[in-house]
Amino acid sequence: MRLGLIAVPVTFFAVFFAYPVAAILARGLHVDGAWQLARIWDVVARSDIRHVLWFTTWQALASTALTLLVALPGAYVFARLDFPGKQVLRAIVTVPFVLPTVVVGTAFLALVGRGGLLDELWGVRLDTTVWAILLAHVFFNYAVVVRTVGGLWGQLDPRQEEAARMLGASRFTAWRAVTLPALAPAVAAAALMVFLFTFTSFGVVQILGGPGFSTLEVEIYRQTSEIFDLSTAAVLTIIQFMAVGAVLALHAWTVRRRETALRLVDASVTARRPRGRGEWALLAGVLASVAVLLLLPLAVLVQRSFDAPDFGYYRALMSSDGGVFLVAPIEAIGNSLRYAVVATVIAVVIGGLAAAALTRRDAGRFVRGFDALLMLPLGVSAVTVGFGFLIALDEPPLDLRASWILVPLAQALVGVPFVVRTMLPVLRAVDGRLREAAAVLGASPWRVWREVDLPMVRRALLIAAGFAFAVSLGEFGATVFIARPDNPTLPVAVARLLGRAGELNYGQAMALSTILMVVCAVSLLVLERLRTDRTGEF
Amino acid sequence: MLLGIEDATVRFGGRAVLDAVGLGVAEHEIVCVLGPSGSGKSTLLRAVAGLQPLDSGRVLLDGRDQSGVPAHKRGVGLMFQDHQLFPQRDVGGNVAFGLRMHGASKGQQAERVRELLDLVGLPGAAGRAVAGLSGGEQQRVALARALAPRPRLLMLDEPLGQLDRSLRERLVVELRELFGRLGTTVLAVTHDQGEAFALADRVVVMRDGGVAQAGTPLEVWQRPVDEFVARFLGFDNVVEGTIAGEAADTPWGKLPVGESAAQGTRTLLVRPAGVRLVSGDAGLRCTVAARAFKGTHVAVHLQPADAPRLEAACALREAPEVGDVVGVEFDAAEIVVLG
Repeated sequence: MRLGLIAVPVTFFAVFFAYPVAAILARGLHVDGAWQLARIWDVVARSDIRHVLWFTTWQALASTALTLLVALPGAYVFARLDFPGKQVLRAIVTVPFVLPTVVVGTAFLALVGRGGLLDELWGVRLDTTVWAILLAHVFFNYAVVVRTVGGLWGQLDPRQEEAARMLGASRFTAWRAVTLPALAPAVAAAALMVFLFTFTSFGVVQILGGPGFSTLEVEIYRQTSEIFDLSTAAVLTIIQFMAVGAVLALHAWTVRRRETALRLVDASVTARRPRGRGEWALLAGVLASVAVLLLLPLAVLVQRSFDAPDFGYYRALMSSDGGVFLVAPIEAIGNSLRYAVVATVIAVVIGGLAAAALTRRDAGRFVRGFDALLMLPLGVSAVTVGFGFLIALDEPPLDLRASWILVPLAQALVGVPFVVRTMLPVLRAVDGRLREAAAVLGASPWRVWREVDLPMVRRALLIAAGFAFAVSLGEFGATVFIARPDNPTLPVAVARLLGRAGELNYGQAMALSTILMVVCAVSLLVLERLRTDRTGEF
Repeated sequence: MLLGIEDATVRFGGRAVLDAVGLGVAEHEIVCVLGPSGSGKSTLLRAVAGLQPLDSGRVLLDGRDQSGVPAHKRGVGLMFQDHQLFPQRDVGGNVAFGLRMHGASKGQQAERVRELLDLVGLPGAAGRAVAGLSGGEQQRVALARALAPRPRLLMLDEPLGQLDRSLRERLVVELRELFGRLGTTVLAVTHDQGEAFALADRVVVMRDGGVAQAGTPLEVWQRPVDEFVARFLGFDNVVEGTIAGEAADTPWGKLPVGESAAQGTRTLLVRPAGVRLVSGDAGLRCTVAARAFKGTHVAVHLQPADAPRLEAACALREAPEVGDVVGVEFDAAEIVVLG
């Protein structure tokens, strides 16, 4: 039974993840008929690559620090204070996390780029500095910190701090002695997550990064599509693979530590109205930072997309005269939706089976190892997946190059970790005694699943599907390698439009981004309505 | 008075959780606040602790108004209902926490931790993790932690609430003995009357945010002021009656009420011990509906023909069987005119 459950996802990962990764290894290190590990050092020793590595690392560190600085007060406010409109605002700050990277890149271009809002108002341009990248990364990862840290913070029993205060600790000392140690593993986990996302940042850097601002991901893409040096690209992928593996291992370790016995209570009872001038000021500060950092860029994006008479940019999308594509850009919407539906089905089936196998109490070491393996595509970055598909699946025995299924497969691979992470906590939370009770009342194993498990996970299943849908809709890093020119997806179309000069192309990119943003935001807000507090980490 | 509470009022939304409560606790006294859940007793403790601001009224410690004094400067201890031990620290770290906050040296801390763990009956437990403690052990550690900084007033919120019955009965005796020995001033809240009566010098019964009755355990037990207090103490033989002279006219017939009883329509309480069973052809005729074994006696539930049920306390060997028909007579000494 368990073998049956796990065979499908294992096969899927073997063919579409392990095999491409092996192909990358071979392409990078198997030179002239022999394995040459020294190739890694040769590539790292190049000054341009060293510069890329250095930039990738320090911008990720800076982004992480900046995100924590901005988002930790937000985590506190969302966890502990009660104010009107809190539910709506909580949903809104989550939107950026599922927004496609190209949308975020475009939005910040509209805000701080050439001819952007700041440029018009004060002549300030940030798109030639690293600040545009850092701010976009904060925009993206704000929700990660608020969800991971704030989620735990809201569940910490406030009476722990009160107990410390009764023993003579001041407000601050009580926080430092009791809350901070309880929170530290969650902060560390969130910081590692943010570091991982920004270390492997592709779309944002591709769009906002000026000359000299190139991350590993962007460099891999450049080596592949501009310089056609597949062997160097493969080595870079291997370097990234190792770095990501190290960060993921660290993350798994902090998550395990986070699970140590803390006193958790229902989050809804710990929040209260702000008291005193300090708390009101903090609330105002957080609301202001959300408005400026999260809402303003999106508002400017929408405004720019309408910045032509008679919805000119939107109407231009209907025609294929622009010459950027073989088809009218508007057709990218249909492509994206089709791909996303197929990718969602694949991701839910594979992820659902994997989660079900992982839930079983008798899951052994092998199965738990598989859990970590499932997370790899999330961290290993989309570009690796796309590049792997490009070099592995274009020749026998598996020649899918001409097949449309290639794109949904890559997107599903990126979506599966989200599905597993969403389903696992819910499946694990189903009390085993409920199943036993059903069995004692005469239900067969299948009936038990149908009557006990399914009603409890139905909601999580919908949420997982929604996440997979939003992820594949916005997927850029993998798709850009393998989407065919006559069948671009929305993000690919946006990036290509931005790559061309001219007012009309720029405006069309804004318009397409706006459409993409609306689709993603709507699907996320629908999910927020479905969400219960236990459904996963994202 | 070490602790004075004057007209303390706390509102949540529009509802008064504490409604003009007045209460005093003298030095070395143990006062127990008794009430059903939702009666405002925990809020009372939080207000004294400084964790819950008052909407009006005052809290005085040693005669000094505490408004504006933050919780950590009040010098009172609070033992939380579910202990709130810090899970990241071991037993010793928990007990030493308050000492550390008050700037005690390492040596002093270690010395006092050892002393307190001996006191609560957990010698040598300083290195143990709190997650591995049983309920009773957690209870003892929480007590040691609260006592460590020598608070001038120790407050206990449902101190034995989560423990099983036999452990509770043993611990309550231990606690009373310990507080007596140390001379600790204690304000405790509980919903369990047995616990309150066993622990307290003085009992305060709360209802809907106000004080319903205050007095020694004996006073409260013998003369509940009203039907609410009587029923809360577990008395169910409460009935309306019209008193004229030395008898009250009730659905259970004429009840004797002593000479000095107030006249007119009153609520009366008949303690089960005052319900005497006689043969079926005398007194009020009842059918035995149920019996419950209580260890020292049997509680017999009696159903008269057209009147509310009655509970009688019977000696073990004399209790009638279910379905028997018995007569009931009443003992004036066990009848209380309420209010």
